[in-house]
Amino acid sequence: MPQLYFEDIKQGQDITTLVENCNSQRLVFWAAGSGDYYQIHYDKDFAQGTGLPERIVHGALKHALLGRMLHEWIGEKGRVKQLACQYRGMDMIDKDVICKGVVTGTKSENGQNLVELDIWTEDPAGNKTTPGSAVVSLPSRS
Amino acid sequence: MTQATVITDDMRAAIGRESDPVTYEVDNTGCRQFARAVGYTNPVFYDETYASTKGHRGIVAPPGFLGHPITIPSQQPRAPGGFGLDIPFKRVLNGGTDIEYFDDVCAGDILTATTKLADLSEREGRVGPMLILSTETVYKNQAGQTVAIMRGTTIRY
Repeated sequence: MPQLYFEDIKQGQDITTLVENCNSQRLVFWAAGSGDYYQIHYDKDFAQGTGLPERIVHGALKHALLGRMLHEWIGEKGRVKQLACQYRGMDMIDKDVICKGVVTGTKSENGQNLVELDIWTEDPAGNKTTPGSAVVSLPSRS
Repeated sequence: MTQATVITDDMRAAIGRESDPVTYEVDNTGCRQFARAVGYTNPVFYDETYASTKGHRGIVAPPGFLGHPITIPSQQPRAPGGFGLDIPFKRVLNGGTDIEYFDDVCAGDILTATTKLADLSEREGRVGPMLILSTETVYKNQAGQTVAIMRGTTIRY
């Protein structure tokens, strides 16, 4: 896993995109991993009974996928300091969740090298369903 | 606002009230299961020995994982996002999650979380009238250090 350094960061830089298909097995893995067993995420009849067209991807799974995107971009020595997102649009089962981000600023604070980002997920049609922001810390080359 | 409000005085009085502490266990299997669900391949989330070679106290809790609450069937679980409030809407949506981290969380940690209702608001959404509950949960580890604060938004409609 390559290491990213604070000196490598430029404002406006895109971060590495992560794509994950959220099929039924992924959602069941998530139910078990997170402890969220609400049936709208894995029981089609139940989901449709509440008026949804289909089973929907858990909001918190999209939050966690954004976390994985950040982790895989920053490398072992980087740390996720803050990760915030809003579940504005629903993502349906069996579709790709596309995680993206862009650097909005950098600052050094309390001995930490911090990078601020806009992050979001898109559905396959390009709608931003989960906008958010994040702060990560990175090691310095010096 | 000229519209009728569903926020009663009782509900307003609950703002700022803190829940009883809830204990969350962060263990090896929990970290691995969460990491697998998110699709991580980095062994720091799976392999204790590898994690220690990277300077971690144990298997690392992936971002978003703050343990599993101890579930005991005879003890009534808290209603999700309810706070014991008499809310006239039945349906629940997760509106958003904001987690700020102050320290690493690793397998072996025992976290104690207290949640308070930070705010209540209402809005007319695509799904009709909505009540928006903002919550703030503080997670402390076994040493009493605050490791994370989660600010959540729950939508009832």
